[in-house]
Amino acid sequence: MSTIVNLDDSVPNVNYRQVGKPLPRTDAAGKVFGKTPYAGDYQMPGMLHMRVVRADIASAELTHLDVEKARALAGVVEIITAADLPDRMAATDIPGQTGQKRMDTDQQVLVRKRVKYFGEPIALIAAETPDIANRAAELVAFTLKPIPGVYDPIEAMKPGAPIVQGKDNVVATHKIKKGDAAAGLAAADIVIENTYKTPFQEHAFLEPEVGLAWIDENEVINIRVCTQVIEHFRAIADAVGVPHNKVRIRGALVGGGFGGKEDVTVEIYLALMAKRTLRPVRLEYTREDSLVGHGKRHPFTLTYKTGLTKDGKICGLDVQIIADSGAYVFLSPYVLLYGAVNAPGPYKVENLNVFAQAVATNNMFTSAFRGFGGMQSCAAYEQQMDECAKALGMDRIEFRRLNYLNTGDEISTGFVPPSAIWTEKCVDLAWKNLGGELALKKDGPIKIGRGVAAYQQSYGRLTFLHDTSEAWVGVEIDGTVIVRSGVTDIGAGQVSALGQIAVEILGVSLEDVIIYNSDSAVTPLAGTTTATRALYMTGNATKMAAEAVRKRLVARAAKSFGVEPDVVDLGGSRAFVIDNPETSMEFIDLVKLCASDGIHRSELVNFKAPFSDYLDPETGQGQAHPDYVYGAHAIEVSVDTDTGEVRVLRSVAVHDIGQCINRAAVEGQIEGGTQNGQGFALSEEMLYEEGKLVTPSFSEYLMPTSMDMPRVEISLLESRSGLGPFGAKGIGEPAISPVAPAIANAIADAIGVRVFEMPITPERVVNALKGAVGQM
Amino acid sequence: MKNSKEIILKINGRNEKITVPSHRTLLEALRETGHVEVKCGCEKGDCGACAVLVDNVAIDSCLTLAWTSEGKEITTISGLGTPDEPHPLQAAFRDLGAAQCGFCTPGMIIAAQGVINDNPAPTDDEIRMGLSGNLCRCTGYAKILDAVGHAASEMRKNGEPS
Repeated sequence: MSTIVNLDDSVPNVNYRQVGKPLPRTDAAGKVFGKTPYAGDYQMPGMLHMRVVRADIASAELTHLDVEKARALAGVVEIITAADLPDRMAATDIPGQTGQKRMDTDQQVLVRKRVKYFGEPIALIAAETPDIANRAAELVAFTLKPIPGVYDPIEAMKPGAPIVQGKDNVVATHKIKKGDAAAGLAAADIVIENTYKTPFQEHAFLEPEVGLAWIDENEVINIRVCTQVIEHFRAIADAVGVPHNKVRIRGALVGGGFGGKEDVTVEIYLALMAKRTLRPVRLEYTREDSLVGHGKRHPFTLTYKTGLTKDGKICGLDVQIIADSGAYVFLSPYVLLYGAVNAPGPYKVENLNVFAQAVATNNMFTSAFRGFGGMQSCAAYEQQMDECAKALGMDRIEFRRLNYLNTGDEISTGFVPPSAIWTEKCVDLAWKNLGGELALKKDGPIKIGRGVAAYQQSYGRLTFLHDTSEAWVGVEIDGTVIVRSGVTDIGAGQVSALGQIAVEILGVSLEDVIIYNSDSAVTPLAGTTTATRALYMTGNATKMAAEAVRKRLVARAAKSFGVEPDVVDLGGSRAFVIDNPETSMEFIDLVKLCASDGIHRSELVNFKAPFSDYLDPETGQGQAHPDYVYGAHAIEVSVDTDTGEVRVLRSVAVHDIGQCINRAAVEGQIEGGTQNGQGFALSEEMLYEEGKLVTPSFSEYLMPTSMDMPRVEISLLESRSGLGPFGAKGIGEPAISPVAPAIANAIADAIGVRVFEMPITPERVVNALKGAVGQM
Repeated sequence: MKNSKEIILKINGRNEKITVPSHRTLLEALRETGHVEVKCGCEKGDCGACAVLVDNVAIDSCLTLAWTSEGKEITTISGLGTPDEPHPLQAAFRDLGAAQCGFCTPGMIIAAQGVINDNPAPTDDEIRMGLSGNLCRCTGYAKILDAVGHAASEMRKNGEPS
C-alpha cells in the first residue's frame, strides 16, 4: 500500500467522496470470475479462420508466389495476395482527428515485390477450420531472392548503404537549440562525454492480437478487436476502399497494450477477408505471430556531452540521438521528438543543442511503447547525471539539486509547464525512503549498490496534433448513471475512472454507474488510449458532462427547497441544502422530478487540449505537449561480481500524480511500470540477426517473473496542479521512465564501473568488470 | 475428422461429450466447447495464462492433450466460484486490485489455488515460487502476491479443505 504525502501547505485540502479511494474497479469482478469476454472469445456461426503467411527473410524480392496448391486444399475458402488488391496503401499515421496525414507513412498491406523486414505479410488465408488454415499456409509456395539489407542505423546513414526508406534512410530529424551549447561547452571547467545504448523491447502483453470481422445488414464492416485505438476505423476504411462510415470497430476489454496495440494490427486483414468472402472471419495471432507482427520499442544510441562548472552547474549540453526506426516509418518521428524534447530531463540547461535522427533499417519496425522515446532519453540523462557528479566529486543528489527545473521554469523547448515541478521533493523523498548512500559496500563477491533517477514525461498528445475527446453522461429515471465514451480500457482502469469521476460529481456511488465504451459507431470518440491521455482528456470530458447534468439537477432541487442553487449539494445519493442537510430529497426522486419537468438529463461534451503550431523546425522552440509529470525512482541492487547476476533488492517510487483518482489503480500502474522498466534494464532484448528475430518466444525473451520483482515502496504526492480532472496529471508512462536508469546507477554504485548498454546482462557486467581490471 | 474420437471431459463438475482429434490440446478443446474463460497466451507453456486444475493440480492446458484428460476433474476459473459465492482468491483479487488487464488472471488464480492445495500456509517466497510460471505484464505481481497471501489466510480461518 502506498502512502500519500502532502509536503506543501500551498495545496488546499479537499474532501472527495469517491475520488482518490482504492475502490475495486468496475471491471474487476468480470475478470476474476472469468466472465469478461475479450475480443478472442467471440464467435459467429459460419465463421472462417485466418492465417497470415509471412516472409522469412528481412530484405528480399518476391520473385515467385504460387497459392494454387493451397487454394486446392479442401476447406480453404479464400486466399488473398497483393495481386488481388488494388495498389492501395495503408497509412500508419497517428490516428488524429484532424484529417492531416504525414509524409512517407504509407506502406503496402501485403508484399507486392519488395520485402523490407522479417515477417512482412505475403498472403492471407481463410479456411473452414484453424487446422486447415495452418496446413494451407504451409502449401503457399514463394521464392524470396535476397537483396543486401542494412541492420544498423549508423551503417544505414553512410553513403552507399542499401536504401530502405526515402533518399537516405533518415525518416525524421529533430533539432532543439537554446542559448549557445558550443560556447557553454567551451567555457566549461569539465566536459563529460558518454554514449548510452538501449535495446529493442517487446510489449509482451499477455493477450496476442485477435479479431473477428463480419459484414452487417447495412454493408458495414464490423470488427471486434483488441485495440487501443478504435479511431483506426478511418485508416482501415481507406485501406480497404470503403467510406469511413462503413467500418465499425467494436473494442473489448484489452488484455494489455503498452503501445503495442496502438497501430493497426489484424484489422485490415480481417476487413479485406470479410469483404471478399462475405462471411464472418476470425484471426488470432500465435505468440510468434505477435512477436514478429507488431512494432518494438526503438533502440536509441544517445551521446551526451555535458559541460560543467567546478561548482556543479550544467553550463552546456550537446545530445546526439540515433533511433532505429526499422523497415517502416510508423510513429518514429513522434517517438524521436519525445526523445529530443526530454533530452535534458528535469534539469535547467540554458545552453542546449539536441540533434536527433530516426533511421530506417531492415530490422523490425519500431513504434509506440510506454514511455515513447522520453523513456530512452531518461535512461541516458540520469546515468549521465551520476557520471557528472562522480567526475566533480560531488554527492549525486546535491549535484542534481543545483540543476533542477522548478515550478515556473522553461523546459528545453522554451515552454513553461503550467503545473507544479516537484522533482526535488520527489528525489529527496525517494532517496530518504531508500536510506541514502550506503556507508559500506560489503566485502566478498556480492556487492550492494544504490541509485536514483528523476524524470520528465509528458501526459496528453503532442499539442500540434490538436487533440480532442468526447464523453456523454446521462441519468436514468431510476437514478442510475450511464457514461458513454469511445475510450478503450487496456487494463489500467481507464473506464472505471470515468465512472468514478461521474459519480463524484453526481453524488452517487460507483455501483450506480455503467460505462459503455469502445465502439466507434455508437460511443462518442474519445481519441485513443495512448500517450497517458485517457484520464486527462476523457476524464475532463466526462467531468464536464457530469457537471452540466449536475447543474440542472441542482437547480431543480433548489427550486423544490426554495433556496439558491449554490447552497445545494449532491452526495450519498441525495440532494440537500449544505447548511441544513435535513432539507433534502432522494437522488432518485430528484431525477423523477426532472423527468416530469422535461429537464434534459444528459450531456455530450467535446474537451479540447491546448492547440499549438508545430515547433520551430530549426530551434525546436514552442509548445510540444500540454504538460509534464515529474517524479523519481530509487533502487537498491546486489551484484554478484563472479557471475554478473544482478538482483533488485528494493524499489522505491515517488511521483507527483497531481490528484489520485483510484489509488489502487495508480499503485498498479507504478508497480507494473516498475516491472516493465526493470526488464528493460536487466533482461529484455529482442535480438535480430540480419533482421531475423532470434527470440521468438517467452522462453527466449525474458521478462521479470514473480521471483524477480520486489514490492515497490510507493509514495504519492498530490500537487493538484495537473490539467486533468480534479488536478490529476497521469501515471501510465511516467511510471516506467526512471526505473532503468535508477537500476543502472545502483549497479554502477555497487561495482564501481558502468555498463553503458542495456539490458545490463550478467555477461555485460562481467565484461565491464574485466575491462575495469584491464585498465588498472 | 480423421483420427478423432468422442471423449468425455468432466469440466467444473459436469460431464461434457466432445469429439476431438488426438493432437487437440486440452486448451483448444476447452475453448472450442465454450470454456473461453481459459486464456491462450503462448501455446508453449511459457506464460501460464491457460492454467487449469486437473485433479487439483495446476497445469498448463496448452501442454496437455485433451485425450489424456478423460476421467479427470478439470476445474477452470469459472468452476472456482461465482459472483454470488466467490472463492476467497477471486474475492481477494477483485478487492485488492490484483487484476489489471485481467488476461493472466484466470491462470494466475488457478495457479494460486494449486499452490494452496500443496501448502495451505505458503510464505511470500513460496507463493512467488509457485506463481513463477505465470507471467503478468501489468501488475509487477505486488497485488497478486498480496491477494494470494490474504486469500490463503482467509481459507485457513474458514477451515476450507485444501
